Amino acid sequence: MEEKKNKTSEAKLMKGNEALAEAAIRAEIDAYFGYPITPQSEVLEYLEREVPKRHGLVLQAESEIASINMIYGAAGAGARVMTSSSGPGISLMQEGLSYIASAQLPCLVVNVVRGGPGLGTIQPSQGDYFQAVKGGGHGDYHLIVLAPASVQEMADFVFEGFRLAEKYRNPAMILTDGALGQMMEKVIQPEEGSLPKIATPWATTGKTKDRNHNIITSLFIKPEEMESVNHQLQEKYRKIEKNEVRFEEIKTEDADILLVAFGLSSRICQKTVDLGREKGIKIGLLRPITLYPYPYKRLNELADQVEFMMSVEMNAGQMVEDVRLAVEGKVPVYFTGRMGGMIPSPDDVLHEIESIIEKQNILQD
Amino acid sequence: MSIERPSTLDFPPDAEGMEMVYCRPDTLTDTPFHYCPGCGHSVVHRVLMEVVEELGIQDKTIGVAPVGCSVFAYHYMNVDMQEAAHGRASAVATGIKRVLPDKYVFSYQGDGDLAAIGTAETIHTVNRGENILMVFINNGIYGMTGGQMAPTSLLGQVTTTSPYGRDVKMVGHPIKIADLLVQLPGAHYVTRQAVHNPNAVRKLKKAFEKSFQYQKEGKGTCFVEVVSNCPSGWRMTPVESIKYLEETMFPAYPLGDLKVPEKV
Ligand SMILES: Cc1ncc(C[n+]2csc(CCOP(=O)(O)OP(=O)(O)O)c2C)c(N)n1
Ligand code: SF4
Ligand SMILES: [Mg+2]
Repeated sequence: MEEKKNKTSEAKLMKGNEALAEAAIRAEIDAYFGYPITPQSEVLEYLEREVPKRHGLVLQAESEIASINMIYGAAGAGARVMTSSSGPGISLMQEGLSYIASAQLPCLVVNVVRGGPGLGTIQPSQGDYFQAVKGGGHGDYHLIVLAPASVQEMADFVFEGFRLAEKYRNPAMILTDGALGQMMEKVIQPEEGSLPKIATPWATTGKTKDRNHNIITSLFIKPEEMESVNHQLQEKYRKIEKNEVRFEEIKTEDADILLVAFGLSSRICQKTVDLGREKGIKIGLLRPITLYPYPYKRLNELADQVEFMMSVEMNAGQMVEDVRLAVEGKVPVYFTGRMGGMIPSPDDVLHEIESIIEKQNILQD
Repeated sequence: MSIERPSTLDFPPDAEGMEMVYCRPDTLTDTPFHYCPGCGHSVVHRVLMEVVEELGIQDKTIGVAPVGCSVFAYHYMNVDMQEAAHGRASAVATGIKRVLPDKYVFSYQGDGDLAAIGTAETIHTVNRGENILMVFINNGIYGMTGGQMAPTSLLGQVTTTSPYGRDVKMVGHPIKIADLLVQLPGAHYVTRQAVHNPNAVRKLKKAFEKSFQYQKEGKGTCFVEVVSNCPSGWRMTPVESIKYLEETMFPAYPLGDLKVPEKV
């Protein structure tokens, strides 16, 4: 049976972008609105190919401004909706995202990051970290940000993203990069239809006699009202920070040095951990899975154990600020990385560690 | 939750024996309009909501408010509504309509919203033949922000940002967006109406009725422009503004149908 086939969970070799798009169909999105941009056009292409044969709706919009506002409208009408883009397009979406955050609408936005600033390069980057985790648009708000590190997680985090977005009525973002979008790995897809929908009594579906009219808005002209909406948002963010922090630890139990890296960089660092340990340097790795909320608490605990930390990123050093915030000056926090679409190698990172060890003359009693 | 609203049918209480011939439709809330005296927005709100009431589609209608003086349209229109970012109402309406194809969806926008910052969304929404009603209030000015020049301001028109009159060499001619949209096959019905007198109001009402009928039949985009006034932005009394409409605005934006569906 055709349907059965879609539901089986055999491992399949898939491109990151296509695994994500397939997961979106399995998450039973009602609609996807998007605009082509490298390195994520496969998402739109895959959906344009598959959705008409299966279920839901896919529409190529005239711009990312239009797509994010279509997302606003459809999410406001109670639908499960998604869009995806890369740097330049995500920048165009920032106004819309601010409105969506303020109006408290759930949706999933995927940023397959490329090197910037400007038109930049189509090569992979993590240069949009600040934009993703610190708000991005105007006003005080947060996206829930998930950072996959494998093709498997590209698929899984679609489900996780919607689960969180709908639970908190908040936009969620998958922050990935061009390499994860383009690389092929084995993936076991989440089961179709296994993501229950939450009731949306607030949605604009037509005012029935038994209720007042529903309004989706981000306009609260009286400052007292605007402040109370802000309080409500902040309360929600505290709840998210309390309940939804996700991270992975690799060989941290006995680590003297801690690498902190997300997404693709974390895979590079995993190699560095092994290379270092072969040489007798006890390196561990903490990989934040949620970039917002951020694992501040765990990093602070680890600061009592290690000699120093190093944030490894494909940018000029953005997440390192959050590591420093977490550590509260207990240990030095270093940064290493490449920019503009370049990827650091495991050896590069190890070399950096070794030169710090040498300079500081630490670890040699 | 049930809503406590005095029925307009037993109001006023001492009107025994009298026939109710005019009242506030259920599709308008009790909230008094905040619009300036004489402003066309309130009349258009009322006419639109009368039509929704008379067609019995209150429970199936979803509106999108713009950024502009009518940003609070959702305070008055007693239907489910969304407030869009400046210029994006038709994209928001598209999102709603695409996931709720059986509902009636309308957008409501001013000239700055629809024909300046939102031009791309306007053209592409109509080009897709999005099965919605687009209401376009053309008052030739940015009312909400205090009377700046709009894309539709007339040549020579004095505004706060064209203090020496709109200069064609600097900012070009007023844009006749409805005339442009007529060219697009997705536009099913394009008309330019007004609300400056009772006859015009009756015609506008017909235009809305037709638009909802076409939407029901899935015909494509219906675009209803209302050439309206902005006494405050124009620095005129309401009466002067009506005269200005008749003598200056209508010659530039002639009223009437621009595109009517072919009879089959
Ligand atoms: C992105 C953005 N730019 C500018 C504004 C400021 N703004 C609010 S309303 C408006 C113009 C509205 O004029 P119009 O659409 O003609 O509506 P009217 O008030 O005349 O009915 C402007 C420029 C805004 N809210 N958002
Ligand atoms: S400023 Fe102009 S458009 Fe706005 S309410 Fe007043 S008269 Fe109407
Ligand atoms: Mg205007």
